[in-house]
Amino acid sequence: MKQKERVHLNGGEMLFRVAAALSFLLCIATLGAMAADLVVSGGGRIGWQFLTGVSSRLPDKAGVLPALAGTVWVTGVAMIVALPLGVGAAVYLEELCRRGRLSRILEIFISNLAGVPAILFGMVGLQIFVRWCGLGRTVIAGALTMALVVLPLIILVSREAIRAVPRDIREASLALGASKMQTIWYQVIPAALPGILTGAILGVCRIIGEAAPLLALGALTYLTKTPTGLNSPFTTLPIQIFNWISRPQIGFHRNAAAAIIVLLFLLFLLNVTAIIIRARSQSSR
Amino acid sequence: MGRGFHGARERLGVVALACCAWLSVGVTAAIAIALLQETILFFGQVSFSQFFLDTEWTPLFWDKHYGIWPLVCGTVITTTVSLAVAIPAGTIIALFLAEWAPRVVRMMVKPLLEILSGIPTIVFGYFAVSVVTPVLRAFFPSIPGFNALSAGIVMGIMMLPLVATLVEDALTVVPQSYREASYALGAGRFTTMIRVTLPAAAGGVTAAAILALSRALGETMIVTIAAGQQPRLSLNPLQAVETLTAFIAQVVMGDTPYGSIEHQAIFVVGSLLFLGTLTLNVASIWIRERFAMDR
Repeated sequence: MKQKERVHLNGGEMLFRVAAALSFLLCIATLGAMAADLVVSGGGRIGWQFLTGVSSRLPDKAGVLPALAGTVWVTGVAMIVALPLGVGAAVYLEELCRRGRLSRILEIFISNLAGVPAILFGMVGLQIFVRWCGLGRTVIAGALTMALVVLPLIILVSREAIRAVPRDIREASLALGASKMQTIWYQVIPAALPGILTGAILGVCRIIGEAAPLLALGALTYLTKTPTGLNSPFTTLPIQIFNWISRPQIGFHRNAAAAIIVLLFLLFLLNVTAIIIRARSQSSR
Repeated sequence: MGRGFHGARERLGVVALACCAWLSVGVTAAIAIALLQETILFFGQVSFSQFFLDTEWTPLFWDKHYGIWPLVCGTVITTTVSLAVAIPAGTIIALFLAEWAPRVVRMMVKPLLEILSGIPTIVFGYFAVSVVTPVLRAFFPSIPGFNALSAGIVMGIMMLPLVATLVEDALTVVPQSYREASYALGAGRFTTMIRVTLPAAAGGVTAAAILALSRALGETMIVTIAAGQQPRLSLNPLQAVETLTAFIAQVVMGDTPYGSIEHQAIFVVGSLLFLGTLTLNVASIWIRERFAMDR
């Protein structure tokens, strides 16, 4: 009887190991196949001409410069808007708000906002910023929409960073006669800054990769100029990629693959920066 | 008020910070109002029976029908396929990482999941069309170039890191004493994992599944690129389908005029999505809290 039980268990164990191996294989195969396909299809297109070229009806003449510039504009402006608001909300929730029903309500609203599908932000941005505020389909409308998309994420990571600041720092500051706001401004925020910056980079990554909200906002996809200001029409890398994927010609699919390589390279650089910031702040402690 | 609150500047700072926090409530309200406004206009022209009882969804054609079920079917198929991939694979990976893997393996697998979770959805959409669909052709030769199966599988792979992380978190908060008690009763490592640890983390697994479902409902780019844009009342994953989100994307990309019934239709579909994801998110929070309270 005992022997039989053991055999049965080993069967289950084997099954579990095989299933785990298959699950890992799925992840590795996905990454491998994705990388191989991108390099084979798009690797040949990567070059100075592609990086500095503008939209064109001929796939071999088209480039990503307007999309790249649009991504930088939208991401920059969105972060200028979202970062202070997000950190402010995080400071309020962690340092000023008394734990109670009110803070619970705020928390639930924030985590719900994080779960709202991205495309809905685009529709609402279209309605509020483009129509009601009359901003048109411009950089500023796109950036404000993206600021809303990224806000819950920034609040979340900033709260974690602020929570990690030791209590002693606050108490020492208050004991020396600093006011609550002075303590927050001169002690808590500087101490939490590396964490907040890492979170901000995560936010930038989110904005750079997100396509759906700007699709709904009607970001133009045929541009021969880079944006020159907040009121310029714009497109971004993911939108440009989507546009190229949707076209039937194989040349545009190669462009899409090449633009994806550019996008992934940008994300890679940002992640490396985040890792460096985290490592430096840990070693300085 | 506490002793720190003196002076007008001090109070102004507090008010400003409070406004930042309340902005989330304002944004949620703005989303609800914007969606509701157009939804009311839509139902001024289309009756509820046309919406819920018709079997065709053709608002962009000359012969307009507004039956929502074909879009719901599309969303149900892609979502089901994606959950069938993400939940088992994600849970198994989490079990393996939390209960089984040696440190070295953990260190190698964790970055893999992080890379996967950092890939933008547009890239997954490209992957579905250029790699997964051709592979599926080897098994189902008659599958069309745009189909629900490919989009669903890729969506599942995209959500796998999310499920794995949430389940792993739930597993690591299961007290060590549970496992030790199980070992003391003579159970092996595998039995303990399946019979004790996993059931103890059931709340976390459920919350992860609900969150994944909510993500799958709202996912737009993958289904717009890879699932085709043909609303149909069928649950066959080997066909081109249109999901709720893909319909929104299709309309906003076109040049339908503002104020037209087609344009209002996307806000109705948006309202459905909003209600669906809102319910799921609240349910997920509720389950996680119930689960945490049992501790």
